[in-house]
Amino acid sequence: MTSVAAAPPRASWVEPPLTLVRRTAALSLVELQKLRHDHTELLTRTVQPLLWLLVFGQIFARIRAIPTGPVSYLAFLTPGILAQSALFVAIFFGIQIIWDRDAGILTKVMVTPTPRQAIVAAKAFAAGVRGLSPVVVLIPVALLLGVSVTANPFKIVAAAAAVMLGAGFFACLSMAIAGLAGTRDRLMGFGQVLTMPLFFASNALYPIEIMPTWLQVVSHVNPLTYLVDALRGLLIGTPAHLLLDFAVLLGATAVGIWVSGALLGRLVR
Amino acid sequence: MSDNARAQQGRAMSVPAVEVAGLVHRFGDAPAVDELDLTVAAGEVFGLLGPNGAGKTTTLRVVNTLLPVQQGRVSVFGLDVARHAMQVRRLLGYVPQQLSVEGGLTGRQNVAWFARLYDVPRRERAARVDEALAAMDVLDAADRLAGTYSGGMIRRLELAQALVGDPALLVLDEPTVGLDPIARDGVWERVQAMRAERGMTVLLTTHYMEEADELCDTVALMHRGHLTAAGSPARLKADLGPDATLEDVFRHHAGVDLAASGGKEGIRDVRRSRATARKLG
Repeated sequence: MTSVAAAPPRASWVEPPLTLVRRTAALSLVELQKLRHDHTELLTRTVQPLLWLLVFGQIFARIRAIPTGPVSYLAFLTPGILAQSALFVAIFFGIQIIWDRDAGILTKVMVTPTPRQAIVAAKAFAAGVRGLSPVVVLIPVALLLGVSVTANPFKIVAAAAAVMLGAGFFACLSMAIAGLAGTRDRLMGFGQVLTMPLFFASNALYPIEIMPTWLQVVSHVNPLTYLVDALRGLLIGTPAHLLLDFAVLLGATAVGIWVSGALLGRLVR
Repeated sequence: MSDNARAQQGRAMSVPAVEVAGLVHRFGDAPAVDELDLTVAAGEVFGLLGPNGAGKTTTLRVVNTLLPVQQGRVSVFGLDVARHAMQVRRLLGYVPQQLSVEGGLTGRQNVAWFARLYDVPRRERAARVDEALAAMDVLDAADRLAGTYSGGMIRRLELAQALVGDPALLVLDEPTVGLDPIARDGVWERVQAMRAERGMTVLLTTHYMEEADELCDTVALMHRGHLTAAGSPARLKADLGPDATLEDVFRHHAGVDLAASGGKEGIRDVRRSRATARKLG
């Protein structure tokens, strides 16, 4: 059996990135359509961060245990809780991809001319959108508690972008773990193990300066720290390294999309 | 679409739709496919038959680029599957064994989604989606959530998803398993009508002998990872005797250990059928 080895027509160099963008958009649209049919999660997701702000925040503000400089502890905490809620929404997002695999949908999409990175990028986008929903509830609550949040629309849009990038990165981390773990149960285990360390080894609850040195090192490689820093700078007006923050968030998300996309094939073997 | 134009051209030059040579695929140490050779001519309906665990699904999954080519060579319309996976995917429509649509989307949204993944131009999209829905007779239910569909409707919706990209090769893995006889006939009538209209190649696996006898131009019997017989149903039957049925041919070539192999080697397949049955139930 000898067949003529056919070579496909040469595509120009713009073709792959263009396909990546187009497919990500098509799959993101499906994620939005799915979201429209199910709102319950958007509400249940806001309960936990509200408790952090209303209970933990109020109590720690009263005992004045944590030095937060010129801003109140509640003001300091609000961006931290926003970042935390994005992390909590996203860190179990790999379950969605395992669910799609078990339902046979992932298989069907992977047989279409779609780059694997587009599949995870769309999921990261969906995580970003879900990560935004607690913001809509938390910011008015913070305002009621007397926190002065910026009214500058540009800063608010930039903060929303930061939340989406952060949630997108943690969703990619979760999907990469899904590719390695393979099953929902194992992924749940890894998610549980990761969430709290990521949260505590960041500047979400307390400033980095009061941490022991080893924890300071960990928190500097934790993308959550950069998300919190950006949100504090944008919403509360504390000094922040916005360029560095966005560079880290963008870079981490890009690497996350690439790596989790590369691991996706393992899920369907 | 230039890729489909290529496929048409391929057909005219009589390049086979699928060519598999010396394919070996192992899961761990156990070979699921063992030195498999087969050729699917352009434009025919080719049925892969065999007991559970014979390697049918694995073969389809290598042809459709889901599994890597571990050893051997596989090409689709002359394109090497290992080297040009993305171009091969443009020529394919695939319906897996498991019933799988997005239940939280409407039927129309489910098909429009795949139209986008196959680069159906925006101007034609709405019309092409409706055309595929109508061809599979689910247009009336198009604006209902797919989660409310019956098993037969889901399968037809999946065929609409696979057909909206105008594939040159339609790959169907046990397309009628778990469907009642009426739903099964419904699926087949529509696949045949589409094929008559568009002249695409169909590669399928099935357990139903009458189905294979009636629908396939060529059937190939697979057992323990390789082909034991291939040819037109009429020829295979004639080779065995004047009154032989395809069922007899199947038994003859799979041998007495058919029942035994259904037990142990079939676990992988059985598990998947169960998942499908659960969804249906």
